[in-house]
Amino acid sequence: MSAKRTKDIIRVAAGQGFWGDWLEAPRRQVEGGDIDYLMLDYLAEVTMSILQKQKERDPKMGYARDFVGAIESILPAIAKRGVRVIANAGGVNPPACAEAIRGVAERGGARGQVRVGVVTGDDLLPRLDELLAAGHELRNMDTGEPLSIVRDRVLSANAYIGSVPIVEALDRGANVVITGRSTDTALTMAPIRYEFGWGAEDSDKLAAGIIAGHIIECGAQCSGGNCLYDWRNIPDLADVGYPIVEARADGTFDIVKHPKTGGRISVQSVTEQLVYEMGDPHSYITPDVIADFTSIQLDAAGTDRVHVHGIRGRPATDKLKVSVAYRAGFKAVGTLVYAWPDALDKAQKADEVLRARLAHLGLEFEQLLTEFVGVSATHGPLAGEFHEAPEVQLRVGVRSPDRATVERFTRELAPLVLNGPPSVTGFAGGRPKVEEIVAYWPALIDKGVVQTQVEVS
Amino acid sequence: MRVQLVDIAHARSGDKGDTANVGLIALRPEWFQFLEKYVTRERVRQHFRGVITGDVERYELPNLKALNFLLHGALDGGGTLSLKTDAQGKVFSTALLRMVLDVPDVEAKRYELPAARQ
Repeated sequence: MSAKRTKDIIRVAAGQGFWGDWLEAPRRQVEGGDIDYLMLDYLAEVTMSILQKQKERDPKMGYARDFVGAIESILPAIAKRGVRVIANAGGVNPPACAEAIRGVAERGGARGQVRVGVVTGDDLLPRLDELLAAGHELRNMDTGEPLSIVRDRVLSANAYIGSVPIVEALDRGANVVITGRSTDTALTMAPIRYEFGWGAEDSDKLAAGIIAGHIIECGAQCSGGNCLYDWRNIPDLADVGYPIVEARADGTFDIVKHPKTGGRISVQSVTEQLVYEMGDPHSYITPDVIADFTSIQLDAAGTDRVHVHGIRGRPATDKLKVSVAYRAGFKAVGTLVYAWPDALDKAQKADEVLRARLAHLGLEFEQLLTEFVGVSATHGPLAGEFHEAPEVQLRVGVRSPDRATVERFTRELAPLVLNGPPSVTGFAGGRPKVEEIVAYWPALIDKGVVQTQVEVS
Repeated sequence: MRVQLVDIAHARSGDKGDTANVGLIALRPEWFQFLEKYVTRERVRQHFRGVITGDVERYELPNLKALNFLLHGALDGGGTLSLKTDAQGKVFSTALLRMVLDVPDVEAKRYELPAARQ
């Protein structure tokens, strides 16, 4: 790996925390000040299966379409200022995503100035039967069951891949790197590692890069968004600044945001993000390194600046995590709103009536869940007793392997408006929608089985 | 004296399958020791009785003045299977902050803890 070391500090900016995040953020990150890299994270656990369904309908689809608009909005920065972009927007079809990006570059008059790097090899779906036959059982990490029991319902299967192929794409001159199921954290760590020439043995530094990635991978969630600490006084969320990592060769880094943006970066806001989705903090396992979150030191280092140091890591395991998505039946959720007086009593009575009717119809569900929104939906019995709520939303959800059963449920809610308890409203949205459930199956596979490829054009 | 977690800590939660995690962070560095001593795995298990179906694990992060709790069986199957409003456990954090602890007065004084508002 060749060390670039063109600068003492490398600035990696986060412009997207999930598919559906703020469309303005990528452009604001490149226009708000100097950055070297823009990192865009589009993939959540279920996103791959949605993309797989799109690809089945149209072989040119299967990637995060928002990315095309994002590139369009920042094309001058890529072409003229040398900002490089790394995104897992490729979904289950990175080559098609790359094609779309080349199209945007051409239309934007930046032909020849955009070199697209494509990382593939994470998609295990075409190889799934071969892998199972070779004895890779892909047992569910939570339940221990072998994948064979849901094989006929599998929609997508992707290995989480690390920073190495992204580094290769950068080294070969790509200024837009598109991956499929890369880990979110690798998107940030890869450019830092590339610039400073960190090798596989630099566990502490790689772990620092991973933790930098974890801090910014959810976008503004570390810079004032969804921040409980002192939330009333966080300035100007309408203009919130997304986070930027300022990384140094020694593995220390600062979390900052562009000047004159809203939000807040503080030890508290960064700590809240660090504990988000945390498991065992001693072992944050990635394809590149195992990071130890109990080693992280955070120092307030001025307004909207947190200095991060002390991070330790250990060599990675010989496994990769695999995310499999499979069809798991159908569900629907319907709601009605009951008003004062006796709002909760009315909602409870309506639920009784509804359940009796579903039973009379002989409908059986894998699950039938009733919640009273405004009373107990989020905190359950911990919320305590409520008297005289101004209104209560009755929210009923069902799940079944049989679509027709769920369909029938969706017809039973609206009649309650005229033939159930009184003072009911809030049904203007119409009948609940039946959704196919795509469930998630986490598994492990031997690293050697997954071969990534990099193409730069 | 009665002390409520919402007055001495902040928190964030997320999900992994059917498990919700809650990171509980001391509002003042010196309160971490108190949290570590009083917000035990057993106390949290008791708090969420009837709300979660599985066990509770606790990890300590003195460097971040934080405790991390894993609440198993919290999400009704989790992810896309769950029918819950909070299918991804985003607000389990605030459910933990409801916890009220009975603290000996001398201990409350030593840590300068605020009394529960209710």
